[in-house]
Amino acid sequence: MGLILLLVIVVLALWIVGAYNGLITLKNRVVNAWKQIDVQLKRRHDLIPNLVSTVKGSMDFERSTLEAVISARNKAVSATGVQATAKAEGELTQALGRLFALTENYPDLKSNQNVLQLQEELTSTENKISFARQLYNDTATEYNTKQMTFPTNLVSGLAKASPAELWEIQDAAERAVPTVDLSMPKPPAA
Amino acid sequence: MSDTDLFAQQDANRRRSVWLVAGFIIFFAWVGFGGDVAFALLTRDAAPGGYHHVIPFIGIVATLIAGGICWYSWRFGAERVLWATGAWEIIEPATPEQKQLVNVVEEMAIAAGLPKPRIWLVPDDDPNAFATGRDPATASIAVTEGLLHTLNREELQGVVSHEMAHIRNFDTRLMTLLAAMVGSIALMSDGLGRIMRGGGVRVSGGGSRSSGRSGGKGGNPLGLIVLVLWLLTLIVAPIVSRLLAMAVSRKREYLADATGAQLTRNPGALASALEKLSAAAEPTRKITRGAAHLCIVDPTGSALSNVEGFLGDVFASHPPIAQRVIRLKGMAYQDVKRAGAQTQTA
Repeated sequence: MGLILLLVIVVLALWIVGAYNGLITLKNRVVNAWKQIDVQLKRRHDLIPNLVSTVKGSMDFERSTLEAVISARNKAVSATGVQATAKAEGELTQALGRLFALTENYPDLKSNQNVLQLQEELTSTENKISFARQLYNDTATEYNTKQMTFPTNLVSGLAKASPAELWEIQDAAERAVPTVDLSMPKPPAA
Repeated sequence: MSDTDLFAQQDANRRRSVWLVAGFIIFFAWVGFGGDVAFALLTRDAAPGGYHHVIPFIGIVATLIAGGICWYSWRFGAERVLWATGAWEIIEPATPEQKQLVNVVEEMAIAAGLPKPRIWLVPDDDPNAFATGRDPATASIAVTEGLLHTLNREELQGVVSHEMAHIRNFDTRLMTLLAAMVGSIALMSDGLGRIMRGGGVRVSGGGSRSSGRSGGKGGNPLGLIVLVLWLLTLIVAPIVSRLLAMAVSRKREYLADATGAQLTRNPGALASALEKLSAAAEPTRKITRGAAHLCIVDPTGSALSNVEGFLGDVFASHPPIAQRVIRLKGMAYQDVKRAGAQTQTA
């Protein structure tokens, strides 16, 4: 009888250790995934001044667009926390998008090797940001699910696990998917 | 993305690799010790002063060689495959195209949550790509120059995501081991065949002399049966090993397409890349038969890879591209549908 009790206790202890370590591993992976985003964001912030100074000469009269990019960048640099960072970065993405759309109007910019290179770098950095975000959200979701579902939730308190915030897509422009709407516009609700 | 699924895939591939190595060593042991048995039986009736094959040194040597080949494939298989294609590593990208390739690989490494693999360029105008390496930390991705010229950025991303999926699932370990082993079995079979043609006369001569002396007919029947079986294995082995490599590859391609699409969330780009690759049906000359099953599309330009049904199921290293494209487009359609539903409810 005592032997069985001992066995149960040992199995239970082993399970607690396993579950606890599993949670901690996931927590570290979430932190690491966030760092990945951070690295890419920093890279984007560093690239933007280069881009602006390269195109400034040719696009002098698009001053407001350039200023919008710079101010969005500065806001993004100083943002802290998942929500605020996500919002500021979303705005920066939009401002950059407008700038690139405008460069299409300048043939000398479109064929400028420097601009093309910077554009490739920024495209790549944006992709990296979105893939890092994807990885972060996937990892964070796994972590959140694990710490809230039975029976792992019993050791959540022990592992000091709290739900990780997901990186939501902030602005409507990023969320919207271009769809072909063939139906008639709906009449406004009475 | 379901993680348990991923770990199951990785475990399955680790297991398959172990079986492959075990099977390979057992095969060599059979070739060796089988030969010993045949020789022992054939020389059993020889005169007391003649040669008696007692110590099975062929078997011992063959098994040791097999072990050596396995260790070598494990350690240097990826380098050998890359070397055989004449690929060179991109360390400092020299052109905008190469820079873009490096960027795309870095992006997909982030998406897959893996370290950045080494990037190689194969000097060949036919568009193709493959990945190799025994685990994600030692992995390499190689693309042909033709691929960079043919595809746009999104399609390149699709192809790289497919290769990254192979790396993440540990397909590359299995495939690279297979490539090395298929190659060495072909080599051994060729070599032994040459020895048999040269030395076979002497063996049969010895057999007939001893049977003539004992007055019996046909020598030792058991020894002959073993010898025939042994020769048969040698003849069949290269074909069987290549068929095995193809079968494994065919199964893994669909999965890598799907996982790749999951990484980029853009199945349409990979579909259009595959269409472009199949349109350029010229064989990739730099990539030899032995490494064919590593590539994203069949480099031999074999028509069989586009045949559906039994022939294609057995003799092609890749599933029909049309089938792969249809599956990917199905995924893309699902994406659009889901997105459409979302915007409507929003």
